[in-house]
Amino acid sequence: MSTVVLLVITGLGLGALYFLVASGLSLIYGLMGVLNFAHGAFLTISAFLGWEAGRRVSDGTWWGLAVSALVGMAVGALVAALTEYFLIRRLYERHIEQALVTVGLSLAAVALFEGIWGTDPIYTAKPEWLTETTEILGARIPNDRFLLIACALVVLGGIVLFLHRTRYGLIIRAGVENRQMVSALGIDVRRSFTLVFAIGGAAAGLGGVLASVYYGYVSAHLGSVLLIFAFIVTVIGGLGSLTGAAVASVLVAVLQQFANFYLGGTGDLVVVVALAVVLLIRPRGLMGKVA
Amino acid sequence: MSRRTRWQNTALLPVIGGVLAVVGLAVLPLLAIDVPGVLPGPTYTPGTLQLLAYAMLIAALALGYRMMFGLAGLLSFGHALFFAAGAYGLGMTLEAFAPPEWPGDLIFVVSILVTLVGGLVLAMTVGALALRVTGISFAMVTLAFAQAGSVLIRRNPGGATGGDEGLSLDIEHVPSALVGVVNTRNLYWLALAVLVVVYLVVLWVERSRAGHVAAATRENELRVRVLGLRPYTVKLLVFVVASVLAVVVGMAYLLLQSGASPRIATADFTLTLLVIVVLGGVGYRWGAIVGGIVYTILDQRLTALAGSDAVAGLPAVLRVPLSEPLFILGTLFVLVVLFLPGGIAGLPQRIRSGRVRHPLEAEEATDA
Amino acid sequence: MTESILDVRGLTGRIAGQQVIEDVTFEVPATGVTALLGRNGVGKTSTVKSVLGLIERSGEVRLAGERIDGLPTHRIVQRGVGYVPEDREVFGGLTVAENLRLAERDAAPRRELVERLFPDLVERRAQRAGTLSGGQQQMVSLARALVNDNRLLLVDEPTKGLAPRIVDEVAAALATAAETVPILLVEQNLHVIRRLAERVVVLSGGTVVFTGTAHEFLDDEALVQRHLGVHDASEAA
Repeated sequence: MSTVVLLVITGLGLGALYFLVASGLSLIYGLMGVLNFAHGAFLTISAFLGWEAGRRVSDGTWWGLAVSALVGMAVGALVAALTEYFLIRRLYERHIEQALVTVGLSLAAVALFEGIWGTDPIYTAKPEWLTETTEILGARIPNDRFLLIACALVVLGGIVLFLHRTRYGLIIRAGVENRQMVSALGIDVRRSFTLVFAIGGAAAGLGGVLASVYYGYVSAHLGSVLLIFAFIVTVIGGLGSLTGAAVASVLVAVLQQFANFYLGGTGDLVVVVALAVVLLIRPRGLMGKVA
Repeated sequence: MSRRTRWQNTALLPVIGGVLAVVGLAVLPLLAIDVPGVLPGPTYTPGTLQLLAYAMLIAALALGYRMMFGLAGLLSFGHALFFAAGAYGLGMTLEAFAPPEWPGDLIFVVSILVTLVGGLVLAMTVGALALRVTGISFAMVTLAFAQAGSVLIRRNPGGATGGDEGLSLDIEHVPSALVGVVNTRNLYWLALAVLVVVYLVVLWVERSRAGHVAAATRENELRVRVLGLRPYTVKLLVFVVASVLAVVVGMAYLLLQSGASPRIATADFTLTLLVIVVLGGVGYRWGAIVGGIVYTILDQRLTALAGSDAVAGLPAVLRVPLSEPLFILGTLFVLVVLFLPGGIAGLPQRIRSGRVRHPLEAEEATDA
Repeated sequence: MTESILDVRGLTGRIAGQQVIEDVTFEVPATGVTALLGRNGVGKTSTVKSVLGLIERSGEVRLAGERIDGLPTHRIVQRGVGYVPEDREVFGGLTVAENLRLAERDAAPRRELVERLFPDLVERRAQRAGTLSGGQQQMVSLARALVNDNRLLLVDEPTKGLAPRIVDEVAAALATAAETVPILLVEQNLHVIRRLAERVVVLSGGTVVFTGTAHEFLDDEALVQRHLGVHDASEAA
């Protein structure tokens, strides 16, 4: 029993990370049709700059972590918005080229990060409490899992509120369904593109800082690894669906944990198989719109 | 000049040019051409031949990838899987499969055949499944399969793949003419042969009825369906041919590099291919070749540049980016996509017509 | 003829590089309903979409004398063009109220008018538009256009696939709207055309083949037969 609890909660924690990356990917794809390969780079740069800022203020304390998180979100939002504005927008409606540009950007960015911060992981300090464990139903759960889950829930709640309570949220929800019709109502839907990139970037930025807590290090490849799983999550959940991304994040991460534990470390393979199965049975994903 | 002879000339020109290029490349190891800054040494030296052979293999791989992406519009993120299947497949077969009573050369040939058949089965399986979905979903399924392959190789099941260390070639049954630095020349010729064969196969597919249907499918799937043709079958054919070609190139790669590293199975490796194809020009067959060779040599030379004293002496703002070849290549790629649709191969056409051309548009434009 | 609100000259439209309408020229007068007619697939919807810039187009389009053919869709709409698309295209995941709120451009949207015309929608404010019947969705789509004070309405097949009773309701709403705003109406139902339209523009093979009053056209059975492929009015359905 305690093993199951541990696996589920660890899975939820990892799922939280996936969600922070996948939520932005899914919204961006849903609204703009852009497959954003640079999303991992947004995460990595935020993790690095968040860590740089946090350790200068107060390394290994809650205060330092809060600074990291804020800086990470700001950096993620800014970098993502700039990417949209200067690179993606120029290639309006040319989806393959847009994806290609983000591929180039991510290759260049990872190389640049390696140049600045080196190829080896840099181990990070975290607040005392996060290094400890809490006992739940006999399972000793590392405390950082709780932080991850809480943050993802806050982000999920925040995005849902934004989407349902603001005019821009309304435009984005409508745009995910039918972008052309939004323009045909006299709304400049492109303005919301930058916004969606910024929101996705901020979530990924927070994800970067939290990933450095979860893994205990930052590295130039932090984003690349998470990005592949986030892609898988996004497709399983249904491109464009925030709820789908949330559900699929949890499913994929928990499945991964269980397979790793009970099926001899085959978590990654099981996830890939799950993706293939979902796509073949239900190509639009669990909650995606009809393509 | 009458119209007719002119037409014949323009049709023959690429063929003559192609033959000359192949002959030129074939005699290169016998010459001592030195291109400072581009090649590491004179053309007969093993180091240079190794680099050129590698560039030609990458070009051959890119050529197959271009056929899928440019001709059939299939954006696959899993091409590395088949390349790795060729390299690792041959490596593992050579190690595991050795009936003592068989002569070494026979084992070598049979190993190649086994790898080819294995690759064919893999390609048909992956293709048949992945092609049930289209567009981005297709890209994702291929990515997923490739990721599975990549994970498997790193896991090192039963010590077969060497995990992160990579697999080194077991030379026991490899013909001696293909082993060792002294025989780099032969490996170079092998790479050239692979490139030529891949080119001819790609040309044959593109010129065939299936190739035309594939191109039509890319433009307008509905219309092809209306004509009563099955896009699925044609796309599967293109996918399988491109994948088996990747297996062949992978085998040559194993021999050339005397081993294989897990890097060649990663999504990043496929992305590199995509970069090469776009850099060279999606609309042109020879674009993939130019892209492959330019990319490989740039990559190698930029790495050399990164380690040079000239760069080490620069201030950090310049030194850090310049010491990362992938940063420069990635940036270059972004610029090409933004400002040079059509890639390097599209340049002459662009200069001539002054028109911005969509990269997927120029199918039989200049190299037919 | 009175001054025209919409003036289309040599309009050519393309979808995925393929030409769907060629050199279309016609005018929409500043009052009343102008019907855009033709068989299926002659390019009526493409014409409307080209005017709005929803598909790639070239040629001249003037709204009240000003060129709008270079503008992006949202700017054209902001200049006072209401659009009721074919197949309604309501946002299924949004509520009725959200669909309408999204459409409101004016500082003082005409909510009372919409509520008066479509009392059904008031009750269903909080319902998701995707769960409405086809007729109700058409009401939402019309309401989205009528909630603003437009200079022109482009209405594409508003009665398609609707029950006769709903067709009447839609026609009545359009008649009310037509009192204050000129309408370019794409319509197959000849009853509705007879009831609403003063002028007709007939397309065939992607170009305009007839322009004139509704009576001139509808009373000439041979003409109707040739261009719409139906005998008189009544039994189009």
